[in-house]
Amino acid sequence: MEFAELIKTPRVDGVVLHRPFMPLVEGTLCLTGHHLILSSRQDNTEELWLLHANIDAIEKRFVGSSGSIIVKCKDLKTIQMDIPGMEECLNVASSIEALSTLDSVSLKYPFFYRPMFEVIEDGWNSFLPEEAFKDLESMTDEWRLSDVNNDFSVCQSYPPLVTVPKDVDDDTLRKAATFRHGGRFPVLSYYHKKNGMVMMRASQPLTGTNGRRCKEDEKLINATLRAGKRGYIIDTRTIAVAQQAKARGGGFELESNYPQWRRIHKTIERHSVLQESLIKLVEACNDQSHSMDRWLSKLEASSWQSHVKEILTTACLAAQCIDREGASVLVHGTEGTDSTLQVTSLAQIILDQSCRTIRGFQALVEREWLQAGHPFRQRCAQSAHSNGKLRGEAPVFLLFLDCVWQILRQFPCSFQFSEGFLVLLWEHAYASQFGTFMGNCAADRTKLKLPQKTVSLWSWVNRPEELERFTNPLYEPNSLVIWPSVAPQSLLLWEGVFLRWNRSSKWLDEAYEEMAHIIEYNKELQTKVNSLRRQLAQLETEEDGPLQTP
Amino acid sequence: MEHMPKVYNVFLVDKAFSRKPLSGTLHLTETHSVFTENASGLPKETWILHSLVCLVERQPPTDTGYPLRVHCKNFQVLQLIIPQETDCHEVHMSVLRLSRPERYEDLYCFSYNPKSDKDESTGRWNFIDVKTDYHRMGVSNQLWHTTSTNHDYRVCETYPIDLYVPKSATLPVIVGSSKFRSRGRFPTLSYYCKETHAAICRSSQPLSGFSARCLEDEQMLEAIMKSNPGSQFMYVVDTRPKLNAMANRAAGKGYENEDNYANIRFQFMGIENIHVMRNSQQKLLEVSELQSPSMTDFLLGLENSGWLKHIRAILLAGVFIAKAVSVKGVSVLVHCSDGWDRTGQVCSVASVLIDPYYRTLRGFMVLIEKDWVSFGHKFSHRCSHIHGDPKEVAPVVDQFLEVVWQLMEQFPSAFEYNERFLISLHHHIYACHYGNFICNSQKERRDERIQEQTHSIWPHFWENKSEFMNPFYKPDHCQSQGVLWPNTALYSFKFWRGLYNRFDKGVHPRQSVLDCLMAIKEENQQLEEELILHQKKIATLERERGTATYKRNSIVTSTDIWGQSDADLDLLCGSIRSFPLISFGQQRGSDGTALVRPRDTRKGSDLDLSANSDQESGVADLNCRLSSGSESLPSEDIMKNPDLVEAIYSVA
Repeated sequence: MEFAELIKTPRVDGVVLHRPFMPLVEGTLCLTGHHLILSSRQDNTEELWLLHANIDAIEKRFVGSSGSIIVKCKDLKTIQMDIPGMEECLNVASSIEALSTLDSVSLKYPFFYRPMFEVIEDGWNSFLPEEAFKDLESMTDEWRLSDVNNDFSVCQSYPPLVTVPKDVDDDTLRKAATFRHGGRFPVLSYYHKKNGMVMMRASQPLTGTNGRRCKEDEKLINATLRAGKRGYIIDTRTIAVAQQAKARGGGFELESNYPQWRRIHKTIERHSVLQESLIKLVEACNDQSHSMDRWLSKLEASSWQSHVKEILTTACLAAQCIDREGASVLVHGTEGTDSTLQVTSLAQIILDQSCRTIRGFQALVEREWLQAGHPFRQRCAQSAHSNGKLRGEAPVFLLFLDCVWQILRQFPCSFQFSEGFLVLLWEHAYASQFGTFMGNCAADRTKLKLPQKTVSLWSWVNRPEELERFTNPLYEPNSLVIWPSVAPQSLLLWEGVFLRWNRSSKWLDEAYEEMAHIIEYNKELQTKVNSLRRQLAQLETEEDGPLQTP
Repeated sequence: MEHMPKVYNVFLVDKAFSRKPLSGTLHLTETHSVFTENASGLPKETWILHSLVCLVERQPPTDTGYPLRVHCKNFQVLQLIIPQETDCHEVHMSVLRLSRPERYEDLYCFSYNPKSDKDESTGRWNFIDVKTDYHRMGVSNQLWHTTSTNHDYRVCETYPIDLYVPKSATLPVIVGSSKFRSRGRFPTLSYYCKETHAAICRSSQPLSGFSARCLEDEQMLEAIMKSNPGSQFMYVVDTRPKLNAMANRAAGKGYENEDNYANIRFQFMGIENIHVMRNSQQKLLEVSELQSPSMTDFLLGLENSGWLKHIRAILLAGVFIAKAVSVKGVSVLVHCSDGWDRTGQVCSVASVLIDPYYRTLRGFMVLIEKDWVSFGHKFSHRCSHIHGDPKEVAPVVDQFLEVVWQLMEQFPSAFEYNERFLISLHHHIYACHYGNFICNSQKERRDERIQEQTHSIWPHFWENKSEFMNPFYKPDHCQSQGVLWPNTALYSFKFWRGLYNRFDKGVHPRQSVLDCLMAIKEENQQLEEELILHQKKIATLERERGTATYKRNSIVTSTDIWGQSDADLDLLCGSIRSFPLISFGQQRGSDGTALVRPRDTRKGSDLDLSANSDQESGVADLNCRLSSGSESLPSEDIMKNPDLVEAIYSVA
């Protein structure tokens, strides 16, 4: 085992642990290959089990001969451990640092984790593309499932199976793929049952400076249009950014080559800008100093809320094109793995009630994020405390969840899941015992044999006892399209994530429980009243008839 | 009004309903401007109550006509576009005149009659009794008693007659102290904490100048301190910023010198004056009225208004006092300059924090009556009920209501009343339907014979209390009991969308948890009643039959029927079983009792074409107003009383 080499001091006694909202604990610190464990060895105090993978950054402080390690987690929690002995402290710190930044994928915890629960349904098989296609087939016969990418040679970041127009053959797909960044040719993202309009997603076309075109690409996307209909291309970048992309071989669809399409540019920021935004936001939230009086300016300066607004606005635009304009839509940015997915997945939440159920939302995450090749491993390698050189980290998925939370706040009865479910997904995307969010794409997951070697998050979540925890008591299926407001007054800071460790949620939780109780009581009363009605009806009928002896 | 009752072909732009202007007729009456839409069937009417209008301004003419922008005190903003300039001018002048009555008699409350039943409405002025509240606090007792010093408002015109002071404070001490205080507002009891025997007292600033002293005033404070036997000192809280208080010394006023008063600890609170607050709210309103603002416009606008910092300062002062009184057991004297603005805010915030009673509906009414109405908060000046000095206008009571709202956000189960109650109260403080908030002091109200001629709002609120109840409230929750200790970090203070964007339909959540839970709670109540009814019926039926064998099935003991299989139940009562979660609207129980599900609270909204003109302008014109509800108009008027004419309401 390689871990032993990294753990210089596996055990230290007399460590004092500081955690938010919890009393101090003095106990023994143990380092294992994947966990930092602190236990007081008393029955009544909770042990700390912190996954090394959850550690974002550590700081060391020394006073006299003892030291403190401040651990900043990816879930934004900060804990402090006071360790007696300078050497122990240094050893622990360097061990944590090494263990939390292990590069080797095969050493990650999900490969070692064995479930302590009974797997009723293997989550790795819960959302197969074949199953999703069956649903599509029941609505339309205009699409087919292509296995053109079954060895990941056409597009490295696509899954083996993709849905494409029936009339377009695999050869055309292969050629179209060469015209799109990373081979991400246009594929079906969503079929709007109400009017048969579709949302496609892709990456940018490789037009370059000299305006290269590709007949197959044009054919492919035109095949998604009904006769005489026009479609919309939503480019998540500003026109200026899209223009600049030409110099690097990228570009955008020219009107002359795509006369049936109208292109709209939006302003969703990318990678490092978003990561900076997260860092600034978390800094502002944790600022304990007196300069706190510029809180709103700092919130503004982080631009986080602006990103939320921009992403939601673009998603609403896509949904509006489909539902109100009755037009099909193609969404892309540059790589088609970030802002594109934010837009396509949020548009589905707005349009399709099935995405607002717990299972439907899992399917959406599976389809539009995991299968669609959002590079989770890269994006979620570090969280808000990352410093130094970034290697593609960005809170793209967190922004998506934040947007979902905003819609949930505005339509609190239309989602089967509660806020806690969104927080859970966010936590597991950054650090998890499950294999679901490992790797960058389907090819990675196949190569790592994740379905065989790790447990799926869905296997755990989809057990009745867990589902119950994440169920929104107010839920009432709502088949309507839900249009969120994107006015700044309507968009709130997601306190459940960003202020979670700054202020206690005790009072809010108490109110939530009261709500659940009222609804539970309602159901109980209905059952009682109904059986009484039934009994009464029976008695009244018997009144007229002969007496029965039971 | 005879000369210009009606203007035709007017356009109304009302953000609450539609982005498209409505065309119709404007009709001016003494109390309202009424806009009636040109439409067959049931034309929409919009009523603008003149006493709610705070500003009418002409705007540059457009193609359609001459626009008038009407700003209301409840933060509604409307635009009327009038085809002819002369008409526009006349409407402008008329609304200006009608919205600024010169005399109290011209206010709406003198003609407004909420109910035709006069017998019931007489005598309702004693519905809320401040004396009872002092009794509830445990006053009078061995240390505190009521004084007749201010009988007939002899000592202080702006104070109420009934006042509570330390027993040890003799009449000469009280009178002497009152002479040393601005406008004679001597220290008197606002809140008494039974558990710790500490008191919150209030007054105006002392006339200390740079060196003046007053033995009686010093004795008065000592009497207050000594009325709390457990404590060796007391706090004197000056709610003003130190600089303001110092500046007052030049005018012969100022603050207490710690050297002259035995055992006091002096503390400034830094709450700004009414002029700063007025400007701050103005800036806040500009932000809330921005058309399609960016996140940056909004956040920086909010920051620059300084509003939330002022709200925080008021809450911090309240927390300071609550801690002194309830934890340290130390009495506090609170004052500002005159002791009727910041002092009232801070005393009442501290009371809400300390005493769960003020978090009940009735308790809150008492608190407003006590700390605001009776202690002479100048409602008519601050709310500009009649034409007066614009420099006297200030959102002092708005801020208090907002502090309570901020607390509700942090403690959702601690208050018996809901946000709607605060908004409705805010509305009525300005609207002048009822007499409670007319005039600037108790004496003035007596002289104007307000109680004889107008109605009190409190019975009205009480009768409609089901609208104002907080479904999350549970008296035995720990946040409903004991003292509230709010988080006062700046991030805990939020923009009050419900009040400032109240009429901006687009920005509110499409589904309201409040509505939904209120409906379920109401239904629970109906079901409980039905349950008892059925049990009785069944018991009667069984008794009639008198068959012993049926006793086994008698309702009280029949636990088995709760265990009926779902299939059985579905067969018999399918529609009823499913109604809370699947279908909405009115449902009728099998026994004929109407089970009413108030409105469609849980269903969402689809884009409403009538309220959204984005369609015509193409998708690129996508902005904040993407969304709109389908049928649930915002419940502007939450009163059930059909006679009640809200400032502006619309009949769809």
